[in-house]
Amino acid sequence: MPTFVYMTRCDGCGYCVDICPSDIMHIDETTRRAYNIEPNMCWECFSCVKACPHHAIDVRGYADFAPLGHSVRVDRDEERGTIAWKIKFRDGREKEFLSPITTKPWGKHIPQLADVPAPDKSMRDSQLLFNEPKYIRMDEGDLHTLEAAGLKLKEGVYY
Amino acid sequence: MAYKTIVEDNIDILVCGAGLGGTGAAWEARFWGQDKKVVIAEKANIDRSGAVAQGLYAINCYMGTRWGENNPEDHVRYARIDLMGMVREDLLFDMARHVDSTVHQFEEWGLPLMRDPKTGAYQREGRWQIMIHGESYKPIVAEAAKKSADTIYNRICVTHLLMDESKENRVAGAVGFNVRTGNYHVFKSKTVIVAAGGASMIFKPRSVGEGAGRVWYAPWSSGSAYGLLINAGAKMTQMENRIVLARFKDGYGPVGAYFLHLKTRTQNCNGEEYESKWWPQLQEMVGKEYLDPEVSHRTHRPIPTCLRNHAFLNEVNAGRGPIHMVTMEAFQDPHLEEVGWENFLGMTVGQAVLWAATDVDPKNENPELTTSEPYVMGSHATGCGAWCSGPEDVSPPEYFWGYNRMTSVEGLFGAGDAVGGTPHAFSSGSFTEGRLAAKAACKYIDDGKADGIRVSDSQINKRKEEIYKPLEHYKIYSNEVVAGSVNPNFINPRQGLDRLQKLMDEYCGGVTVSYMTNEKLLNIGLKKMHILEEDLDKLAAEDIHELLRAWELKHRVRTAESVFQHTLFRKETRWPGYYYRGDYMKLDDKNWHHLTVSRRDPKTGEYTMEKAPCYHLVDKDEAPAEPEKAEA
Ligand SMILES: Cc1cc2nc3c(=O)[nH]c(=O)nc-3n(C[C@H](O)[C@H](O)[C@H](O)COP(=O)(O)OP(=O)(O)OC[C@H]3O[C@@H](n4cnc5c(N)ncnc54)[C@H](O)[C@@H]3O)c2cc1C
Ligand code: SF4
Ligand code: SF4
Repeated sequence: MPTFVYMTRCDGCGYCVDICPSDIMHIDETTRRAYNIEPNMCWECFSCVKACPHHAIDVRGYADFAPLGHSVRVDRDEERGTIAWKIKFRDGREKEFLSPITTKPWGKHIPQLADVPAPDKSMRDSQLLFNEPKYIRMDEGDLHTLEAAGLKLKEGVYY
Repeated sequence: MAYKTIVEDNIDILVCGAGLGGTGAAWEARFWGQDKKVVIAEKANIDRSGAVAQGLYAINCYMGTRWGENNPEDHVRYARIDLMGMVREDLLFDMARHVDSTVHQFEEWGLPLMRDPKTGAYQREGRWQIMIHGESYKPIVAEAAKKSADTIYNRICVTHLLMDESKENRVAGAVGFNVRTGNYHVFKSKTVIVAAGGASMIFKPRSVGEGAGRVWYAPWSSGSAYGLLINAGAKMTQMENRIVLARFKDGYGPVGAYFLHLKTRTQNCNGEEYESKWWPQLQEMVGKEYLDPEVSHRTHRPIPTCLRNHAFLNEVNAGRGPIHMVTMEAFQDPHLEEVGWENFLGMTVGQAVLWAATDVDPKNENPELTTSEPYVMGSHATGCGAWCSGPEDVSPPEYFWGYNRMTSVEGLFGAGDAVGGTPHAFSSGSFTEGRLAAKAACKYIDDGKADGIRVSDSQINKRKEEIYKPLEHYKIYSNEVVAGSVNPNFINPRQGLDRLQKLMDEYCGGVTVSYMTNEKLLNIGLKKMHILEEDLDKLAAEDIHELLRAWELKHRVRTAESVFQHTLFRKETRWPGYYYRGDYMKLDDKNWHHLTVSRRDPKTGEYTMEKAPCYHLVDKDEAPAEPEKAEA
């Protein structure tokens, strides 16, 4: 383990293969189902679990310290912008949690910087980044400089 | 070999690794370089890659100048005391003065930031941390990068940087292979921004067997940033400053939100507060300047993270373990209980899995804590990484060579964990550093500094041969034995990793020796490391996936070697609780109030070590504020 795949639910779509940051979800060539090829390089990050359209992936805690009989299930819903968790303890107790993943619909609110007006020379020569200085204080206030703050770099030990 | 060679030419800015630093770089590069070609090469899938793959529950670096909360120089004071004085204050100040604009953008993009209903200000977890619902933090910043880059290559493991052949010490791109198709990828580029993350699993982890990848920093953080930079001859700094973290036992769930927001505390097996007991003894080691509990009480100054580890370790060694986190009080409040659980679900799900598996409900039981194995990284409560130029309006001559965040190799920039001397940048600061590096890289090109770059086919072919050698080696020798993994002519990447972890642990101050080392041990370790490196020449990979692990191992080994060299050089125990030089137990400001800088000669493999001046920016004292603990 720690992730494992329910054979009957998996249709071999490969979403988990596509997302796993550790490159360990692979499709078995014979069964055409996904499986974790290297459990000891799994972080239990749940990226594959969240990506699986059929809820076919589950996690079982690491055998070197986690006893059997628990479960942590998740449902990440991009349309509603929420993520729901269901935790089942070994002794049967349950806990549920729901939280937002975004405050805005996906894909629309990040601008294309290729389309914004290009920076002029004075901006290029300054220390400013995109949208600054306004975005630092959300007003027209300036960027911090050493001089403005009455500071100077000095070598030495004074504490 | 059947693999195709795919060449992408005329790139202006190549971003290697698109975690928080890399996405920030790609985003900002598009603004300053609207005419420029920006390409990303990422080992995993940019939507969920890097240390933030599963999400975060807090943004740990936010000034709040908008709400009149902190100024950049306050952050410099804070990070400096936490790192026992050893930081690049020019870089810290520069990151801090820009970081708020990064966070304000995140909110505009839809990242749910919690706000204080009364003031409207962001809900603070601590003086520097703000609370978020950050499960989708990574997909959100990935979208920004996707909208900016011309091309994104996912699943490319970058193995080497290409060097310019018309000018010494100038970068010219990078090469790597696709971990799915196996194809060889060549990126010829005028500048490269390395943001390939920190290094986990260099030291033997506390977990074993199936759980060996259950570490605090992601197992795919393979130190590539350091491996790539060191091999290209870039100077490194503070590589001895590895970090050890106090975390929830086995699951490695972070403790920050618990201390800062839930106001939990730790106690020993007898239910006693123990930290303060160790302060007098520690003061003798490090001096009152660095550990003055009275001042810490009165002002914002935290007790440095490493020193709190020291107290933890000593209490356990004195036979009064385990150390517990007192959660039972806070968790009686249903709101705080929810915060406590969601903190892990949005960031370290493994901790929730573990508590469910072991029937630990922190409402009824105080969970155990532990100290982790050491990690090498540049953006958390530690500052390993490349020696980079600072901004022109802040840095003294020793820290400035023209382009912000440029390493000592021309055209080669860093961000996030890759940059040394900039602790406490965290996620927002790493993204900000990427932005700064991208602006500087555009300027570097516009100044004509990248003109006339030349890369010969022979350089490209030589690298290709090198990259696939482990596959060849496997093919030639795998028939020597019937089956299994025991072969007299090769080792596989896992075996190499096990050997690296064991020797780092035993000789360089890992968990099994309670983080203790000395000159003799370090020299033996280095010797063994060089023999391991000889064996890496005989590394065998059965398939492309193993080839990925082979190159991760090579980058880890290079990083580890640098840690050895730096630890040997600094003859004092600057950070008790992170590691100890048994032969120089005391902090020694007279001789070592300096930054350490190394360079490995790419031709000979020899290291040159030097001390660089440590400049201070702001005085230590400031107006009293709320007492605070350091976040780690
Ligand atoms: C459990 C945990 C909790 C944390 N909590 C917080 C928190 O609450 N708040 C906060 O602000 N910060 C937190 N941090 C820290 C934060 O995640 C890091 O500071 C930040 O992600 C560092 O950014 P980076 O770009 O340097 O590295 P990363 O984000 O790790 O990105 C590195 C990228 O490089 C890629 N890569 C690696 N090797 C190669 C290669 N050879 N070729 C190509 N690509 C490669 C990786 O796949 C990855 O995408 C936490 C970290 C962890 C692990
Ligand atoms: S939990 Fe994460 S590391 Fe483990 S298989 Fe799934 S995606 Fe990969
Ligand atoms: S995402 Fe789910 S259904 Fe698709 S291959 Fe993976 S386990 Fe199977």
